[in-house]
Amino acid sequence: MASSGTRSAYWLGLRHGAPFVLVIVPFALLFGVVGTEAGLNLAEVMGFTVLVIAGASQFAALQLMTENAPTVIVLATALAVNLRMAMYSASLVPHLGAAPLWKRALIAYLLVDQSYAVGHAYFEKHPEMPLSARMAYYFGVVSPVFPLWYAFTLVGGLVGQSIPPEFALDFALPITFLALIAPALRTVAHVAAAGVSVALGLALAGLPYNSGLLIAALGAMITGAQVELWMERRVK
Amino acid sequence: MTQSAGEIWFIIAALGVGTFLIRFSFLGLIGNRSLPPWVLRHLRYTPVAVLPALIAPLVLWPAATGGQPDLPRILAAAVTLALGMLSKNVILSIAGGAATLYLGIYLAG
Repeated sequence: MASSGTRSAYWLGLRHGAPFVLVIVPFALLFGVVGTEAGLNLAEVMGFTVLVIAGASQFAALQLMTENAPTVIVLATALAVNLRMAMYSASLVPHLGAAPLWKRALIAYLLVDQSYAVGHAYFEKHPEMPLSARMAYYFGVVSPVFPLWYAFTLVGGLVGQSIPPEFALDFALPITFLALIAPALRTVAHVAAAGVSVALGLALAGLPYNSGLLIAALGAMITGAQVELWMERRVK
Repeated sequence: MTQSAGEIWFIIAALGVGTFLIRFSFLGLIGNRSLPPWVLRHLRYTPVAVLPALIAPLVLWPAATGGQPDLPRILAAAVTLALGMLSKNVILSIAGGAATLYLGIYLAG
């Protein structure tokens, strides 16, 4: 009985994760192409995709590496992009925190925007779900996502070696980032943070070692948090 | 890119370990304790704080044109942003931006 419940939870998760294939496939292809264009070999491209599996931070690291930024700046910036995942990790604890350690490690490795969003929303709506079914559901959500993420990065890496420069792939990266950020500009606070980020990013672009980027990011984070506070107070 | 293979693999490994530790933080290490509200309030804005500062100089001063502002690239960025805000569809926005860029480059000849 429990096992059939677990199995149906897995299939349900799989169905809920399936639409992300449409996002993951082109994004993975693009990382493969842009990574090889930037000068990484196939093993390095795949190293990023398998060990980091966080698209936006991989693209950020890649961009800074092509600008020959110091390693410390590359790491600090790319990790800053991923800090939001600490928030995801914390909010999954009430739902998956009782799982055995090695499964929690696997859950953490597979924790991306999509698996967090779908998993967390479903667990909140169905608090009666047993732990085994929750884990099955979570692994169902990620099942279509991860193999395709690896496979299509590889395809992109193989194809990228044969794309001529007329295709202006230098601009694939800014366009991808803009497309990722635009839907996140949903509150005044997010828009204010992005605005400060752009302004400081341009103003401080001349600072050595790309250090202006981190200062801009810090200023923008504080701006977002402050504007959020002001908006809350105005509502009260 | 002028990094040696060793430096590149160091970046990959450190980024992999660091990202895993961020993901594992509460699930594996800290457990069922909630983050203070002021920390959450800042974390919410990390992607919109980092990425625009990274993109803005690439849009205005693209390396491909030797750092000169380039109308097709600026228009492509504007179209991508507008499509993304209106449709919330990442793939549609990328396609629209790419189409604008290629059309612009073709027209500018």
